[in-house]
Amino acid sequence: MSGQFVRIKKVTLGPKNREFSEKVEEISGETINLCDQCGTCSGSCPLIGEMDITSSQMMHMAQLGLEEVLDYKTFWICASCYTCSVRCPRGIDPAKVAEALRQIKLRKAIDYLDISKISEEDAKKLPQIALVAAFRKLTG
Amino acid sequence: MSGELIPIYIYSRRYFVPEGSTIISALEYIGFKLKKGVGCKEGFCGACASLYRLKDDYKLKGGLGCQTVVQPEMQIVQIPFVPAPKAIYNIEELEADPEIFVRFYPELYRCLSCNTCTKICPQELQVMDFVQAAIKGDFEQVANLSFDCIMCGLCSARCPAEITQFNLALLARRIYGKYLAKKSAHLEQRLKEVESGKFEEGYRELASLSPEELKNKYFQREINFQIT
Amino acid sequence: MIRMPYFPGCTLKTNAKNYDQSIKAIFRELGIDLVELPRWNCCGAVFSLSSDDLLRQVAPITNLLRTQELEGTDSVDDPRLVVPCAMCFNVLKRANQRVRENPEDLKKINDFLYLEAQPYAGEVQIVHPIELLIEVSRAEIEDKVRRPLKGLRVSPYYGCNLLRPKEVAIDNPEDPSVLEKITEMLGAEVVENPNRLRCCGSYQTVVDQRLVGDLVYDIVKGASRGGADLLITACPLCAFNLDFRQSDASKSHSDHKELPILYFSELIALAFGMKNSFGGEHFVNPAPLMENFLKKEKGGI
Repeated sequence: MSGQFVRIKKVTLGPKNREFSEKVEEISGETINLCDQCGTCSGSCPLIGEMDITSSQMMHMAQLGLEEVLDYKTFWICASCYTCSVRCPRGIDPAKVAEALRQIKLRKAIDYLDISKISEEDAKKLPQIALVAAFRKLTG
Repeated sequence: MSGELIPIYIYSRRYFVPEGSTIISALEYIGFKLKKGVGCKEGFCGACASLYRLKDDYKLKGGLGCQTVVQPEMQIVQIPFVPAPKAIYNIEELEADPEIFVRFYPELYRCLSCNTCTKICPQELQVMDFVQAAIKGDFEQVANLSFDCIMCGLCSARCPAEITQFNLALLARRIYGKYLAKKSAHLEQRLKEVESGKFEEGYRELASLSPEELKNKYFQREINFQIT
Repeated sequence: MIRMPYFPGCTLKTNAKNYDQSIKAIFRELGIDLVELPRWNCCGAVFSLSSDDLLRQVAPITNLLRTQELEGTDSVDDPRLVVPCAMCFNVLKRANQRVRENPEDLKKINDFLYLEAQPYAGEVQIVHPIELLIEVSRAEIEDKVRRPLKGLRVSPYYGCNLLRPKEVAIDNPEDPSVLEKITEMLGAEVVENPNRLRCCGSYQTVVDQRLVGDLVYDIVKGASRGGADLLITACPLCAFNLDFRQSDASKSHSDHKELPILYFSELIALAFGMKNSFGGEHFVNPAPLMENFLKKEKGGI
């Protein structure tokens, strides 16, 4: 973790925020309001060092319905290892919330991975499993 | 064919056309001047791909305009062209390795196995099966299953993963034909004979004849085959 | 021979042929004939976590349907679908669970698959080869070990998809022991790796090689610090990352010690006295280790 804190300006939450958090709940199927910010998911995540906001911060922003959560890298870096899923003490699945955030962007035809940019060298080496998984997660 | 007129919808406008017409003959009957979306009228060139829906049926269907007989209240639109990526390559520089799909058509790996392509194919090909064969790296299977593809493009237009089935199958067939298919010994032998000049004299002789003499030679040719 | 339906997955047909062949070989030895599922398709590699997306469930469900279609035919004896690839295993098992818990979604998917001969009923059972090995008695496995792997120090690596989430886990997600038990049955020495459950980076390998290199560095270091000679895995993507991304690990970490990776089935095949190698492309070549081990074995105690 870079030690950077996300400063959230004082905001007034309105119907748009509720709409956004409900959308995240709908796509993920998770009751995100159960999250009490204990930090277990962030502590368990093997990729937390690469993320710009922690999983807990991502969950919190989703709870509050702050759409700017979509501007961060965190849910794109997620490797769907499900470590957070098995450890959340409140029984929520942060991996599903990360997927919901990815889907919100992907369904607007905004891909994270540009498949035409795969180098020739990588094309020779990468097994199909890597390509299929990456395309399913990071392209819409 | 009763000669009765039945209603159909072209670009949502209603026309009456003879029962038993194909989509293309119906369009001609109506008076459309067809500059695109028509070709051989034999079901072979793939130019006349059309999308249609039947009365009270939600299912979207695809068919060739020259082969599909119109039904009463059929709604029709032509899809003369489907924009698609077309890889440019020198076949001599390629190998029969699945990595060529990653290089030229990486979207192949987005396939959802949903079968939408198979459902719309006017040739009733097992499109999803050959796409899957490409993912598995089985060039022979792709070649065999896509053999009758006429490149109409409907599969690619409908595909949720935005794959271009017809172009990647073409690449697979070319690779298969060049690198994997059994070589014909007769062909190799004949090519050697041609290159050695065995038929030079015969051709020169023919080329020197007048059209009349050529015609005579043609009508007097020996037809020598036996049905065994 | 007990015939069971077998789902190889795309990668076992190409980059991971060694996994495919070693699995089939060891089970033949144990009396199980793995019969490839007819007309199988790519399962999608990852389970779609969106609750509203049914299209991405179609790929795994059609494979379960193909398995169901074998019922009543005389092609298999035990109808459970055997899936070696950990990612395919995870997807198929979770998709199966999803439609079982949501009959309305199953109906929608079946309606979509109207061209199929029969609807999917949700009854297919999926089993991983490691689970099958647990079913076989310890005595039976040890009986087949013609070449005990004495002196070989093996570090089992589980990865993510065999153990998480709990509904698919083949063992305790926080403290599994199956691969360790199997390693001991083969006569080899187990080297514990504190990072044996950590993600290798999975599909991020397509986007960021350096990131995966860092994760792989930690995983391999966990094994080499304990004195391991090699790691074993059950997933073709882990195998690729743990092998090929060691070049990235070396680039970023000057103290990276390279270790070869094998599939657990290749290790078992070695112990069963089968071929020394099932081929496959490697960045970290396991051949020197194998040669050395076989030399020691021939040379003396």
